[in-house]
Amino acid sequence: MSTNMTIYLRYWRQSGPKAKGYFEDRTLSTVNEHMSFLEMLDVLNEELQLEGKEPVEFDYDCREGICGSCNLVINGQAHGPKKGTACCQLHMRNYSDGDHITIEPPRASAFPVIKDLVVDRSAFDRIIEAGGYVSVKTGSAQDANAIPIQKNDADLAFDYAACIGCGACVAACPNASASLFTSAKISHLSHLPQGNVERSNRVLAMVEQMEGEGFGDCSNFGECEAVCPKEISIAAIADMRRDYARAVIQG
Amino acid sequence: MPTIIKALKSQVGRKLMTGITGIALMLFLVVHLAGNYAIFASAEAFNIYTKKLESLGILLYMAEAGLLFFVLYHSYLGISIWLGKRKARAVGYEVYKSRGGASRQNVASRSMILSGFTILVFLVVHIWSFKFGETEMIMYAGGEPMRDLRQLVIDSFTIWYIALGYIVVLSLIMLHLFHGAWSAFTSLGVTNKSNTQAFKLGAYIFTILLMLGFIFIPIYIFATGGMGSLIAY
Repeated sequence: MSTNMTIYLRYWRQSGPKAKGYFEDRTLSTVNEHMSFLEMLDVLNEELQLEGKEPVEFDYDCREGICGSCNLVINGQAHGPKKGTACCQLHMRNYSDGDHITIEPPRASAFPVIKDLVVDRSAFDRIIEAGGYVSVKTGSAQDANAIPIQKNDADLAFDYAACIGCGACVAACPNASASLFTSAKISHLSHLPQGNVERSNRVLAMVEQMEGEGFGDCSNFGECEAVCPKEISIAAIADMRRDYARAVIQG
Repeated sequence: MPTIIKALKSQVGRKLMTGITGIALMLFLVVHLAGNYAIFASAEAFNIYTKKLESLGILLYMAEAGLLFFVLYHSYLGISIWLGKRKARAVGYEVYKSRGGASRQNVASRSMILSGFTILVFLVVHIWSFKFGETEMIMYAGGEPMRDLRQLVIDSFTIWYIALGYIVVLSLIMLHLFHGAWSAFTSLGVTNKSNTQAFKLGAYIFTILLMLGFIFIPIYIFATGGMGSLIAY
């Protein structure tokens, strides 16, 4: 049996990219501990719609922590308080009756607000377009284990490939840096033989694009790693710097 | 391919240079500390050491120019990163909280600009008083006259506010290094998943030992009124 909780919500409203935003307060009295955070917002929107009000826009798709669409900043933490958890997988049992919850969109100049809690993350797409792919001919699909890869490299590439591009790293970084995202995308490919070919061009192009999008500098705060729903280590950032230095020195 | 200049101006290049200049300045601190302990070696050691340094001529000027360059470059990078974050997040959060865990956000890492700026101001005062300041001259048996910097150190640290001010600034350097010493190696891309903890531990131990080394001298001199038995006369 679960009883209903009362949650005091405070969320960002902004009718459009140029509009002036503001916080709206609302009390939800029918929150159930089994709800995910997004289901709680569904309940909020149902209530709003029944009253003939505009629902709160928020990004989501899979609701199972693998698509990277959701990226709310909940009580000042990207994706909320739970380690390695996207906010769609955050359940209301992590909260108690009477809690106050403030929900904000990720704040970064490179992520302009589209509406309410939805931001435009196409800056990430453009970083990928700059070099986050393999364009050399790699032939048809290989038999398993036909290309030997060190276990260590395969593991690292896999860890970094787990990035879902949600942007929590940018949201949480005090400098609004996109270093963790960019470095994870760079290192994921560079540790594999097919991706290694374009290693130098990739790191130079993606770093340049990252900066061009207006993301901030990295200060090694490590907050990105702490909030990453895929727990990607900032070792990826160290990797990117090593790669960058190598690419510049080799010319 | 980017030119070296363009690479140095990029976000990653700037971070690499912050790390390189930071490590160079930490190494300088080690040498500086070793020099400071000449004050305990013998009555003449400290003054002979400083005299030797000054008589290096062109070599000393080159070293000084290098250090000045490192300090200015490091400061420039730090200030520009600090200014850049305003631009990268024009609208701030109403509520902001660190997640903890893997996060290295703490007093040290969040106050780099403040501790750094204080250190910069201290450097001006420090160099002003010890390099260009007025000093009594002293002559040892059979030698030529030299600046009695040893006496200046002892006299300075027996004044409570100088000793205290020095200790406060040195504590800020320690705070700066609590984040910086580890961070520099991550900036250079030396750290990885398995050695990060070792680097952090090493950086903390290095910082604490270094700073205890520096702070011991003013505390000792002040506590003994400059007449302690460690100071040879």
